[in-house]
Amino acid sequence: MLAVDGLVVRYGAAVALDGVSLEVGRGEMVALIGANGAGKTTLLNTLSGILAPSTGTIRCAGRLAHVPEGRELFPDLCVDDNLRLGAWKADSHDPSQVYDLFPKLRDLSRRKAGYLSGGEQQMVAIGRALMAKPDLLAIDELSQGLAPIVVQEIGRYLVQLNARTGLSVLLVEQNARLAFGLCPRAYVLETGSIAAHGPSARLWDEPAVQSAYLGGHVTT
Amino acid sequence: MSVLVQYLITGVSRGFLFALLATGFVIIFRVTKVVNFAQGSFAVLGGFIAYSLLGAGVPQGAAEVLAVLASAAIGLVFGAVTILGKMSPTASLVTTIGLALFSEAAAMLIWGTTPLTYNGLSGHDIRVAGIFVQPQYLLLIGVSLVSLIILWLVLDRTYVGKAMTACASNPYAARLSGINVKRMGLLSFAIGGALGGIGGVLIMPLFPITYDGDVNLAILGFAAAIVGWLRSPGLALAGGLIFGVAEELVAGYWSEANETAVALVLMILILLWQAHRRQRVEKLV
Repeated sequence: MLAVDGLVVRYGAAVALDGVSLEVGRGEMVALIGANGAGKTTLLNTLSGILAPSTGTIRCAGRLAHVPEGRELFPDLCVDDNLRLGAWKADSHDPSQVYDLFPKLRDLSRRKAGYLSGGEQQMVAIGRALMAKPDLLAIDELSQGLAPIVVQEIGRYLVQLNARTGLSVLLVEQNARLAFGLCPRAYVLETGSIAAHGPSARLWDEPAVQSAYLGGHVTT
Repeated sequence: MSVLVQYLITGVSRGFLFALLATGFVIIFRVTKVVNFAQGSFAVLGGFIAYSLLGAGVPQGAAEVLAVLASAAIGLVFGAVTILGKMSPTASLVTTIGLALFSEAAAMLIWGTTPLTYNGLSGHDIRVAGIFVQPQYLLLIGVSLVSLIILWLVLDRTYVGKAMTACASNPYAARLSGINVKRMGLLSFAIGGALGGIGGVLIMPLFPITYDGDVNLAILGFAAAIVGWLRSPGLALAGGLIFGVAEELVAGYWSEANETAVALVLMILILLWQAHRRQRVEKLV
């Protein structure tokens, strides 16, 4: 679905991504974890064409939709308008499928997006991206600023969606526990390059990942 | 009393002219973050083009509509010059001042330096509240009001209008949704051009315009727009009416030489009051 090869992105003299390669298969859920400043958001902005890479290739066999860090809704517009605008390039502007996925949003459809709770806003952000009828959903910091129970709820929706429609997901997270729980395979991004990748279960045991993201070894 | 009514009607019609220009400022600023000081040029050029078309024998209504379309096209060109490069909003602002000077020079070369006017809506004066009013005043008020209402409905109810609001509200997210923010910016410039053109075409029969009349119009339009911090079309309309009526009352009861100065003092007072109010709100938060 997505194949990134040797991606280099520079901000002036600073190198934000230094030869990143990764793949997301059709229907796969893949996690990308990394600390602040590792280059996660830069990678997503490059994938969605906001930033231009210096070198490297991005091949995407389908439509990619990007759920940005911090949700980035249109706060003055109502939920329904936020969703419909996500379909700017799609054929249908009808948000009923998103309402079926997140029934809570149907009741809030006339509410201005700026007045919603963080979890509801995250649902609108995901819903807006889904309106573009993507084949791959790239989500930046799903859990940021949300209560764990809300994150769990949204995570379940994503797994359901993936199982039902075969939507591929690239989940970019600081929270490794959450990302590994949802995605069978993962990459670890450190200061602009991939430091480790493989099945989440194996990365879980890597000492580097343990100390950096999971707060030390868990003795059982 | 009847003198006051006369001043009020003249003031309100000039107020709608300022409101059209102010709305142009607001629409363009919201989408592009550029303060377009060439806003007055749209009115001057629109009026002058209508004058030439009428001189060439084009029927009145058609000449005026064509002039408004021409103003929209000029707006589009000005927008392309201003926002298609990678200029900062500040550099773009200076560019719009340059475009205003350029169009003054062009207007002077084409139409000369004498004030131009043409006959407006013909027909008998209409009796309003005990006085007789030229029908052109009522046309100006009516057409401006209808244009502003249509614009508001387009922005508030249509998909494209909402996309423009989305660009104003969060350009990054608009881009992620696939909306071409630059193209929406060009559309906003075309709308600003059309609004200026409508004002110019309708005001010229009432107040002759010279090639450099754009400066005064841009300043008063900006003053009206700043009442709503360049963001609210409703407050821009209110601002336009306040400045139009204030100007006319000053000119009528005091001296015409002071009308613009008083309007500008009023603008500064409104700005100070708003800054004060904003501080109070910030203290509460």
